[in-house]
Amino acid sequence: MPTSDIVLHEEDFHLIRDLIQKLRNDANARVICLVDRNGQQIACVGEAEALDMTALASLAAGNVAATDSLARLIGEKDFSSLYHEGEKDNLHLSMIGEKIILVVIFDERSSLGLVRLRVKKHAAELSAALERMQQKSMKAKSGKMSASPFTDITDEDIDSLFGN
Amino acid sequence: MTFINYAAREINCKIVYYGPGLGGKTTNLKWIYGKSNPTSRGKLISLATETDRTLFFDFLPLDLGTIRGFKTRFHLYTVPGQVFYDASRKLILKGVDGVVFVADSQAARMEANLESLKNLRSNLRDQGYELGKIPYVLQLNKRDTASAVPVEEMKRQLVMKDEPVFEAVAQSGAGVFDTLKSIARMVLGELRKTA
Repeated sequence: MPTSDIVLHEEDFHLIRDLIQKLRNDANARVICLVDRNGQQIACVGEAEALDMTALASLAAGNVAATDSLARLIGEKDFSSLYHEGEKDNLHLSMIGEKIILVVIFDERSSLGLVRLRVKKHAAELSAALERMQQKSMKAKSGKMSASPFTDITDEDIDSLFGN
Repeated sequence: MTFINYAAREINCKIVYYGPGLGGKTTNLKWIYGKSNPTSRGKLISLATETDRTLFFDFLPLDLGTIRGFKTRFHLYTVPGQVFYDASRKLILKGVDGVVFVADSQAARMEANLESLKNLRSNLRDQGYELGKIPYVLQLNKRDTASAVPVEEMKRQLVMKDEPVFEAVAQSGAGVFDTLKSIARMVLGELRKTA
């Protein structure tokens, strides 16, 4: 497989969630979410109950992927951040490292300038935490960590999903 | 690229429906959406043109149930089949765990099937995947059409090695869930190997 699987352990999840919660407080944001480039949601904090976060993650990843391709078409490596302005809510997307997208949803309680500033301030810490998570994923894949619960799933386990 | 979340106790896998334009990829997803329990499915997102042709992708998140205490979630995507949307197709294949090729059985579409299959192989290769090494299922759709090419002939032209082949009429749901179950089973089987 060309891209390694992501394995998110509980302790990393809590650490990452704490970091984005801190960013959310600093930036006065409504919702902050981390999504991987393939559209999987990693962690989310804020007023997310009313939002379909699974769809949001997939569309954010599609948006970033399409915009990256546009960047390359005009000779840029990528566009480091995207901003969508609405009447009430706004969306700020930026890359943390190579693989993770940081999604910030904010309203009139914040501003684009503040969001940009705070994202920049917290990016390094977030990037380091995500890097550790990715390294753990790779170690887990190469079998250096405790066995995954899926090594011994049986055909019966899989069949049971389909009610066979 | 499977995503295993120990905190939420979830496994997330990505399945892409590929194939020529108007072959029934979106129809497969619509049927799955229509027949799934509303509590186990997410919203069906379609990024389509005004004439309902897929522009970027369709997306359907689906919970299949729990395995070893982990919720198994499948993210189903379709690609736009029309030839000129190749850039979009490449993007959607990123991080794919399994591919369903939806072939159109109508005689006039055989060439489009072959071209799309060739395109799939080349786009997968660009991402570092080999068709034949990743979970892959072939669906022969539109079996109810008058000009449907005989199954054996379609297999002769489209089967690569020993992939599962399903006859389908996505419009009425025939073969749709058999196809999904087969690819889901292969993806989860792969997880056993790579976990």
